[in-house]
Amino acid sequence: MTTDKRLISLSVNGELQAKIIEPRMSLADFLRIELELTGTHVGCESGVCGACTVNINGQTARACTMLAVQVEGDEVTTIEGASESGELLDLQDAFHARNALQCGFCTPGMLMMSAELLTQNSKPCRQEIREYLSGNYCRCTGYEAIIDAVETVSQTRNARVGEQYD
Amino acid sequence: MKSAPFDYVKPASLEEALELRRRHGADSAILAGGQSLIPDFNQRLRSAATVIDINGLSALSSIEESEDIVSLGAISRYREIQASTLIAEHAPLLKMAIPEIGSPAIRNRGTIGGSVSMADPGAELPACLCALGANFELARAGSKRMIAAQDFFTGRYETALDNDEILTRVDVPKSRIGFQSAFGEIARRKTGSAMCGVAAHGKATHQSIQDLKMVFFGIDETPILAVKTISVIEGSAINDVATAELAAALSDDLHPFDDLHCSAKLRMHYATVLTQRVLAQFVSAHGEV
Ligand SMILES: Cc1cc2nc3c(=O)[nH]c(=O)nc-3n(C[C@H](O)[C@H](O)[C@H](O)COP(=O)(O)OP(=O)(O)OC[C@H]3O[C@@H](n4cnc5c(N)ncnc54)[C@H](O)[C@@H]3O)c2cc1C
Ligand code: FES
Ligand code: FES
Repeated sequence: MTTDKRLISLSVNGELQAKIIEPRMSLADFLRIELELTGTHVGCESGVCGACTVNINGQTARACTMLAVQVEGDEVTTIEGASESGELLDLQDAFHARNALQCGFCTPGMLMMSAELLTQNSKPCRQEIREYLSGNYCRCTGYEAIIDAVETVSQTRNARVGEQYD
Repeated sequence: MKSAPFDYVKPASLEEALELRRRHGADSAILAGGQSLIPDFNQRLRSAATVIDINGLSALSSIEESEDIVSLGAISRYREIQASTLIAEHAPLLKMAIPEIGSPAIRNRGTIGGSVSMADPGAELPACLCALGANFELARAGSKRMIAAQDFFTGRYETALDNDEILTRVDVPKSRIGFQSAFGEIARRKTGSAMCGVAAHGKATHQSIQDLKMVFFGIDETPILAVKTISVIEGSAINDVATAELAAALSDDLHPFDDLHCSAKLRMHYATVLTQRVLAQFVSAHGEV
C-alpha cells in the first residue's frame, strides 16, 4: 500500500523547514534523514529508551513516538539547537568532567531531560534526578556519574543565583 | 522497525472525526497521545489504513467541573491533569497515580482517553477511575452513550469501545466529605510497568473504613474490584485487620498472571503487601496507632 505524501512545515532549532514526507515517518526519522540532524539518536523506536528525546513547544517528547506530520507548525529543538544556543553548556561540561558518558548514545536524551528537569525544579535532590531520568537508558555509565553531573550543575546554578544577591 | 504506511487525517471538529470513524471503522485508528499507538505501529504489532488524529479537537481537551462531577476531555494529558487544581481538590487519587506513569516525556504527551482506550492491564488510570466510580462518554456519528468504568474494561487490551466510536469524556464524581484515597504500586523502576498496583477510595473513621472501593491493576486481565477483600476490611476495626483473612480474600479476588518481569506467586505476595500499605495510608490520615 502506498499513501499520499504531504507537505509539512515547522521550525527546527529556530529555522523554518518545509518538506514533503510520508505520514508514517516518525519525527526522529524526519530529523535524522530529512534534516540530517543525527544527534537525535534512535534506540528502541518504542518510547522506552529515551535516546531520541527532543523538545516540542517547550516540553520534552520522544521523537520516535511522534509522527513528523503531527508537529506541523510547531517549534522543535534538538540536541544540536540546544547545544548551539549555549543553554546546555554547563550540563555538557559537567557530564564531561564527571565522565557521565562513555559511548555517548544516551547523552543527547539525558541532556534534554536534565535541562527540562532543572527548569522545573532548580534544586532537585538525587532521588528526584534519578526519577526524572529513569525513563532514559544508559548501558555504559551505571547512572551514578550522570546523577552527580546534574546535581553539580544544579548546585552551581543556584550558587550563581545566590551571588547575584550578595 | 518502521510503521507500515497509512493515511493521516486531522479533523477540525468532533463531528468530522466521528464521520471519519463511521466511514473507516475497523480500518482506522484514533491517534491521541500516540505513546502506545506509535510504538505498536513501529513494532508492527498493529497497523491501520487511516489514522485519525484527534489532537486538534479543542472540545476534548478541557477539565471542567459541575456540581458533583469533574469532567476531563479525552485528550487531557497526564501533565495537565497533574497540574490541575480541580483534580487536586476533587480527585486527588489521579494525582497520586500519575507520577508512576512512564517518563515525564511520556506524560507530556499521553492522554487519559488513550490510557483508558488502550486498557493495558498494568495501567494506573483505569484502576483509579474504577475506584472513583467514573463514567465514560462514548460518541458515534449521531449518538452517544455513557458507560461505567467498571463495565468498560472487558479484557486485556479489550474494552467496550466499538470500531466506530470515540471516547470523548471521562466524568469523575467529586470526592465526598470524609472520603480519602490511597494508592500503591510495585514496579522494577519508578516509571516501569506495574507488577502489581492498587487504587483505593473510601470513607475512613477512627473505627473502620466504609464505602471502600479497592481496585488492583497489573495483576489480572482487567482492573479488579477486590470484593471479598473489601468486605473483610469493612468488617474489621481500622487498625486490626487479620492478615490471614486478608490473604485468603485476596486469593479469591485475584487471578495473577506470570510474565517476564514477575511470577504470579510474587504478584500475589505484592497484592498482600500493597493492601497493608493502603490500610496504613488510611490509618495514618486518621492519627490512629
Ligand atoms: C516507555 C513507556 C512507558 C509507559 N509506562 C506506562 C505506565 O507506567 N503506565 C501507564 O498507564 N501507561 C504507560 N505507558 C503508556 C502511556 O500511558 C500511553 O500514553 C497510554 O497507554 C495511551 O495513551 P495515549 O494518549 O498516548 O494514546 P494513543 O497511543 O494515541 O492510543 C492508544 C490506543 O487507544 C486508542 N485511543 C486513544 N484515544 C482514544 C479515544 N479518545 N477514543 C477511542 N480510542 C482512542 C488508540 O487508537 C490506540 O488504540 C507507557 C508508554 C511508554 C512508551
Ligand atoms: S528511540 Fe525513542 S525512546 Fe528509544
Ligand atoms: S554512555 Fe553509552 S549508553 Fe549512556
